[in-house]
Amino acid sequence: MSKRADGLYWTGFLLVLALLIVAPLVLPEFWQRFVTEILIWGLLAMSSDILIGYTGMVSFGHSAFFGLGIYGAATALLSVRPPNLWLAFAYGLIASAAVALFVAYFSTRLRDIYFAITTLIFSQIFYVIIFTWTAVTGGENGLTFSRPALAIPGLFSLPFTSYTLHWFVLAVVTVSYLTLRRITQSPFGMVLQSIRENEARTRAIGYAVERYKIVAVMLSGLFAGLAGVLYAIQNRFAAPDFVYFLVSGETIIFNVMGGIGTLVGPIAGAAFYLLLREAFSRFLTEYYLIPVGIIFIAMIIFMPQGLLGFMRRRLNQ
Amino acid sequence: MELVTEVLHAIPYDQILIQTLNGIVAGMILALVASGLTLIFGIMDVVNFAHGELFMLGAYVGVVIIAATGNFWLALIVATVVVAALGAALQITTLRPLLGRDPLTTILATFGLSLVLQNYALWQFGPVARKIQEPFTGSFSIFYLQYPWYRVLIAVLSAAIIGGFWLFLKYGTYGIWIRATTQDRVMAQAMGIPVPWVHTAVFAIGAGMAAASGVLFAPLVGVTHAMGLDWVLKAFIVVVVGGMGNLGGSIAASIFISLIESYASIWLDPAQAVIVSFVVLILTLLFRPTGLFVPTPK
Amino acid sequence: MTPADGNAAPLVQVENIDTYYGKSHILHGVSLDVGRGEVVGLLGRNGVGKSTTLKTIMGLVDPKRGNVLYEGRNVTRLPPHRLARIGVAYVPEDRRIFRLLTVMENLRTGLDRHGVTDARKQELLAKVFAYFPVLAERRNQAGGTLSGGEQQMLAIARAMMLEPKIILLDEPTEGLMPRMISQIHEIIESLHREGVAILLVEQNVPLTLAASQRVYIMEKGTVRHHCPSSELKVNDAVIHQYLGV
Repeated sequence: MSKRADGLYWTGFLLVLALLIVAPLVLPEFWQRFVTEILIWGLLAMSSDILIGYTGMVSFGHSAFFGLGIYGAATALLSVRPPNLWLAFAYGLIASAAVALFVAYFSTRLRDIYFAITTLIFSQIFYVIIFTWTAVTGGENGLTFSRPALAIPGLFSLPFTSYTLHWFVLAVVTVSYLTLRRITQSPFGMVLQSIRENEARTRAIGYAVERYKIVAVMLSGLFAGLAGVLYAIQNRFAAPDFVYFLVSGETIIFNVMGGIGTLVGPIAGAAFYLLLREAFSRFLTEYYLIPVGIIFIAMIIFMPQGLLGFMRRRLNQ
Repeated sequence: MELVTEVLHAIPYDQILIQTLNGIVAGMILALVASGLTLIFGIMDVVNFAHGELFMLGAYVGVVIIAATGNFWLALIVATVVVAALGAALQITTLRPLLGRDPLTTILATFGLSLVLQNYALWQFGPVARKIQEPFTGSFSIFYLQYPWYRVLIAVLSAAIIGGFWLFLKYGTYGIWIRATTQDRVMAQAMGIPVPWVHTAVFAIGAGMAAASGVLFAPLVGVTHAMGLDWVLKAFIVVVVGGMGNLGGSIAASIFISLIESYASIWLDPAQAVIVSFVVLILTLLFRPTGLFVPTPK
Repeated sequence: MTPADGNAAPLVQVENIDTYYGKSHILHGVSLDVGRGEVVGLLGRNGVGKSTTLKTIMGLVDPKRGNVLYEGRNVTRLPPHRLARIGVAYVPEDRRIFRLLTVMENLRTGLDRHGVTDARKQELLAKVFAYFPVLAERRNQAGGTLSGGEQQMLAIARAMMLEPKIILLDEPTEGLMPRMISQIHEIIESLHREGVAILLVEQNVPLTLAASQRVYIMEKGTVRHHCPSSELKVNDAVIHQYLGV
C-alpha cells in the first residue's frame, strides 16, 4: 500500500480498536456481551476466510473445528481444579488441530464441490459422535463448566469480570487478526491467492500446491478452534449444536455478507448478521432466518463482493 | 461344528429379512430424492442444498390436502405439482441470475433457500410433528413375519416414477432436449433448444420428485420442518457415491447405502447407523472419487 | 461490393464488432456481410478471430460494441436458441455432436421444432440421408462412435435440420482426408444451389476460393482484405501476406 493509504488504514484500525476497548464501559450489559460475541464469531469467520477468500476452498467444516475447540476447552476445564485457562487453550487447539489435519488430507485429494460436501459430512460425523458419546461429551445436553481465571499458577489469579473478559477476547482476536494479516500479505499468502485464481497455473509454475493447501487448512482450523475456546470461556457450556453443519453455514454467510478475501469483511459480516438477527427477532418474529435468509440470497445475487468487498484490493496489497 | 451352529443361531435372520425389505424401501425413496438432485447437478452444475426442503414441503402440502379432502392420492398429485411449480419459481428468481458465476455461489444460494424454506415451514406449521395416515393398512406374510403393504407400495411407486421418467428421457422429444442440454449446453442452444427453460423444467421435475418422495414417506414418520436435513445429506452422499449426474448410479447407490444402513441398525443405535453412510462416502472419495457405480474412466 | 444475387439488403450484416474474452480484446471493429444464398469465405491464419466472429454472430459471445443484423433486424443480444429458430445454423470447429445421443437423436434436436409437420420432417430426413447415406446406415449408433469425417457430416446434417437461411461453417475440413474434403465441397455447392447462404471459415484456401463468391481476410482481429474469390485466386501477393506460411 502507498504510504498514504497505509496511514489511512492504520488510523481506521486504531479507531475501531479504541471503540471496541471503550465499548464495555459505555454499553449496557446485553450489548456488551453482544459485542464480545461478535468478536468471537468474527474470529471464526476470519479463519474461514483464509480458506474461502484466500485459497478458494469452500469448507463447511468449520463447525467441526469450532465445536472441537469448545469441547476441548470444556474437557480441560472439567478435568482440573481450579479450571486452568491455558490448559483449555491447549486442549482446544490440539483437538481442532487434529480435526484440521484430517480435513487437510482430504483437501489435497478433492476439489471444489466434492471438498465442500465432504467437509460438510465431516461436521456431521463429529456431530453424531458427540451427540451419541454421552459418557464423554454429555450427549444432547452438552457440558457445563465454570469460567477459569486469568492466572499464571503460582504468580497471580484474576477472575474474569465481564469487562476484563471482553478485553481479553479483544486482545486475542486483535492479535489473531494482525497475525493472519501478516500471513496473508506474506509470500505465502500470495501463493494462496494464486491458487485461488488458477490452481493449475500455480502448480505449473512449480509450487507444491498440496502443501500450501494443507497449511491453509491447518491455519484455518487452528484459529477456528481458538474461537471455540474463547466461546467456551465466555459461555461456559458446550453443546452438540455447535458442531452441526449449520454453524459452518452461518460462518460462510458471515464471509459472504462481509466480503471474502478481506479478513475484516467477515468480522463486519458477523456483526451485520447478528445485528439483523437481533433486529428481526425483536421487531418481527422469532423466525428471523426468513428475512435474513432472503437478504443473504439477495446479497449473493446483487452484491456478491459483500459489504467490504470494495476494499479487497486495497487491503491485500 | 459347535461354533458354526452357534454362529448360525446368532444371526438374526428375521431381522435381516425385515431390514432387507426396509433397506430396499428406504433405498427407493432415497433414489427418488437423489435422482432429482443428480439430474439438477448434471444439467446445470447446481448443487441444490434446498432439495431436502422441497421434500419436506411436499410432505406438508400432503398434510394440508389430506386434512382438507382425506384423499391420499390427490395429496400426492397436488404436492408434486405445487412443489414443482415452486421449484420453477425459485430457479427463475434465484438461480438464473447466478448462471455463469462460480458454481459455489449456487451452493450458497441454495443453502440460503434451505434456511428460508425451513423456517417458513416452522412458522406456518409449528414445531409439532404432523401425521399422515397411510392410504391403506394391512400387511402380508413373508415366512412367519408381517410386512406392511404400504411400504411395498412406496418402493413400487418410486420405481415406477423413476422408470417413467427414464422412459421420458430416452424417448420423449423433451427428453432428448434434456439429454442434449446435459451433454453440451452451448450446442443445444445453437440447435434451437431453449436451454434456460430446459433448466427450469429440470429443476421443477427434480422438485416434484422430491415432493412425491416426501408425501410417500410421510406416513412412516412425523412431518416436521427439519425432516429434509437428513435426506439432503444422504442424497448428497448418494450422488457422490453414484457418480455426479449419473442417474443409474444414484439409484444403485441409494439402494446400496440404504441396505447397509438398515443392516447396521440391527446392531447399532439408529443415530449411529448414519455414520455408516458417511464412512461409505469417505471410502469412495478416497479410492473411487468418480463414483462407485461408474465405469472406471479409461 | 454488391451481394451476388443483387438483392439490396444482405442477409447477415456484422457492423463494427468488438468482442472480448475476459480482458482479451479479440475482435477490433469487424465488419462483414453475407447476402441471401451467397457463399462467403472468411480466411486468415490461426488465432485471428475467425471463430470468434462466428460465435459473435451466433450469440454465443456478446460483443462489447457493434451490431449484428439479420434480415435487417438487430439480433446482437438475441440468445442463440432464438437465432437458431429464425434461420441461423452453426457448425462449430470441433463438430460438437452430442456424443451420447444416437445419430437420429442428434438430428432430432434440430428437427423437433414447433410448426414442422411430420410429413416435412420425413422429407428433411430423406434429403439428409440422401446427401449422407452413411448417416442412414448408422442412424441408431451413438454419435461418439462415428469417425471424424462422419461426425462432420452429422454436424452439417444436424444444422440442415433447422432449415436455415444461413449456415455458419467453422473449419469443416479440418483433420479430414482429401476424399472427404471434396465431399464437403460438393455439399457446400448443393446447399448453395438450394439457396442456403454460407459463411465459411477455413484454413484451406483453395477450397474456400473454389466454393465461395467473395472472401474476407482477417488478421489480428480485424478484416484486412475483401474481394471476389476470382480476384484473390490470382493475387498471390495478398495470399502470401495474410495467409502464407
